[in-house]
Amino acid sequence: MKTDIILAGVGGQGILSIAAVIGQAALQNGLYMKQSEVHGMSQRGGDVQSHLRISDKPVASDLIPLGSADIIISLEPMEALRYLPYLKKDGWVVTNSKPFENIPNYPEMEEVMKTYNALPNKVILDVEQIAKDLGASRSSNIVMLGAASPYLGIDFSKLRKGIRNIFGKKGEEIVNTNLKAFETGRNAGEKIINTNQHYLHKNDLSG
Amino acid sequence: MEKQLFLGDEAIAQAAIDAGLSGVYSYPGTPSTEITEYIQASAVARERGIHSRWCTNEKTALETALGMSYAGKRVLSCMKHVGLNVAADAFMNIAMSGINGGMIIVTADDPSMHSSQNEQDNRVYGNFAMIPMFEPSNQQEAYDMVYDGYDFSEKTGYPVLLRITTRMAHSRSGVTTRERKPENKLNVPGDARQRFVLLPANARKQFKILISKQDEFVKASEESKYNRYFTPQSPDPKSSSGVKLGIIACGIAFNYLQENYPDGFEHPVLKISQYPLPEKQLTRLVDECDEILVLEDGFPVVEEQLKGYLGRGIRVRGRLDGTLQRDGELNPDKVRKALGKEVQSYYFIPEVVEMRPPALCVGCGHRDVYEALNEVLKEYEAPKVFSDIGCYTLGALPPFRAIDTCIDMGASVTMAKGASDAGIFPAVAVIGDSTFTHSGMTGLLDCVNENTSMVIIISDNETTGMTGGQDSAGTGRIHDICKGIGVHPEHLRKIVPLKKNYEEMKAMIREEIEYRGLSVIVPCRECIQTHARKAKEAKR
Repeated sequence: MKTDIILAGVGGQGILSIAAVIGQAALQNGLYMKQSEVHGMSQRGGDVQSHLRISDKPVASDLIPLGSADIIISLEPMEALRYLPYLKKDGWVVTNSKPFENIPNYPEMEEVMKTYNALPNKVILDVEQIAKDLGASRSSNIVMLGAASPYLGIDFSKLRKGIRNIFGKKGEEIVNTNLKAFETGRNAGEKIINTNQHYLHKNDLSG
Repeated sequence: MEKQLFLGDEAIAQAAIDAGLSGVYSYPGTPSTEITEYIQASAVARERGIHSRWCTNEKTALETALGMSYAGKRVLSCMKHVGLNVAADAFMNIAMSGINGGMIIVTADDPSMHSSQNEQDNRVYGNFAMIPMFEPSNQQEAYDMVYDGYDFSEKTGYPVLLRITTRMAHSRSGVTTRERKPENKLNVPGDARQRFVLLPANARKQFKILISKQDEFVKASEESKYNRYFTPQSPDPKSSSGVKLGIIACGIAFNYLQENYPDGFEHPVLKISQYPLPEKQLTRLVDECDEILVLEDGFPVVEEQLKGYLGRGIRVRGRLDGTLQRDGELNPDKVRKALGKEVQSYYFIPEVVEMRPPALCVGCGHRDVYEALNEVLKEYEAPKVFSDIGCYTLGALPPFRAIDTCIDMGASVTMAKGASDAGIFPAVAVIGDSTFTHSGMTGLLDCVNENTSMVIIISDNETTGMTGGQDSAGTGRIHDICKGIGVHPEHLRKIVPLKKNYEEMKAMIREEIEYRGLSVIVPCRECIQTHARKAKEAKR
């Protein structure tokens, strides 16, 4: 088993929390992992990315080679596209649909969405709205994790345990909020996939 | 023991604690910052009273570290690559005196300049100072190198330079930790004066000793478990050109090489993670192969050594002959191409994707300073703004486009002085509080001594912002420091950079430009990030 994940977003959106949960879950599954992060100057409103690699064999490179990512998880629709050269042919893009517009020349959403039409495997959902509806507006990144969870090759139960570990310090209430966000994201994601049955068969969605 | 998930930086910090560390002395700098932060947050470190407070700059850090080592204790000093330039005086001379308690100096290099102004490879410094160096390829090695490195340092009597890159520093992986050792006892050896008083008579002896140690260092590299020779598994190591290729992979480059040979290497490979270069293994590789490909993340340090100036001996490929790009960080794809393998991408970046550069936070005081400054400078024909290293460097980008230079820590003050001396008017320096205490204070004294016609704006956010809000050495005392250095009280001005104070701030800048002598303006308002963090902590 080997899953190469690219996490994308804008500094401050919380991609590193997603990475931390997946990382914890992988470690508890006895898997090998490497996760490379962006720190420092690039955090301030700029584009951020993390390469996360999970495998049952030792992982060599800290960076994912071009054309070989199984999935791009993005908290911002334009940011996901920035990493497309890393995506493998039948890889998945799971992205938030809501743009983060902090640059004057942000493209028209219609144009951004057009490019998604050319991608065979994608899940596009408004994780911020879903989180808001749950009364958990600060957990939109965990909604995103839920939506992406079928593609990670890690048991759902282990991901839940990862959430417990990462948020445990902040108290039971925050843990439960995030678990709820995770489940809701997972359901929302699966609903979208079910309308896209053709691709379901091509990919191993067990987990 | 159970594996823990550590950043490269965290693995280094944990290893130092486990090896019996007594103090870490550092100045924040991406990508080295998390090492010291980890120790600051460590319960064990607190319990043991391990020193971990930030220093004023890398030079004070390294010298203080030497003081602790002199006293017999184990010590760590961490900096980004350009920080070692600041500490170079101390660094070069520690190689002359040697150490007492084990000393590890971490240099965190930044190939591709993710957040730096150059991508210098500090292995050059290791060679320059003639001391042993480690360059881990993964987090476990980083841990082990530090854990065992203290014994090694004490055995040889010299500091160890641990060279990591951004990728190593900021990549996470499982690490097995080892038993925690006690700290060293206070112990200054009887012959310390002969070593630590570097009068020429002593220094000449010390240099001879350092030279005589080189064979021992090479032998240690040859016997090091971090330097490994791999014989190929496949029987036909001839490359397509019929030439027998050997590969050297230094530090993290080894991972990228491995990535491209998941089923085992097809060529003889020498992995190098400890320097000076292991002569025995190098000789073997060169004897067995017709051509050597050198993979190293940074400058072609090993490549140059191997090739020699005229390149008439060994056939070497790498960054110098164009097999690999001369600049920039390595990655698995660049290595793949260098190996003659195909790199395939299935999707391109669509044209709609725009650049998203970092920006000053909304509500940041630096924004207010630049807005007022830009307004005033419009009134002059050829104003120049000399800036410095920090968040406010982002003032170079739109919408501000407010600064003309940013070179190195402290250069705003001194460059503005030189430009003013040459006749530039108005000459304005913009520097942050942490950078000012790091390297701006000495330059200020030069300006005071000549009452140079210039305005220095110390944009004080009471923290070291760009690296994540670490304590700044002069917080609350910037005004007093300037006064103490001798800035005339009438031209040492304070203001709170807020919209409501714009007119006052503009008038102040205008007045001080017109003064035609030295002025210092200190706009002071806490960084909104540290402010928010403190508010959150207080709520808990």
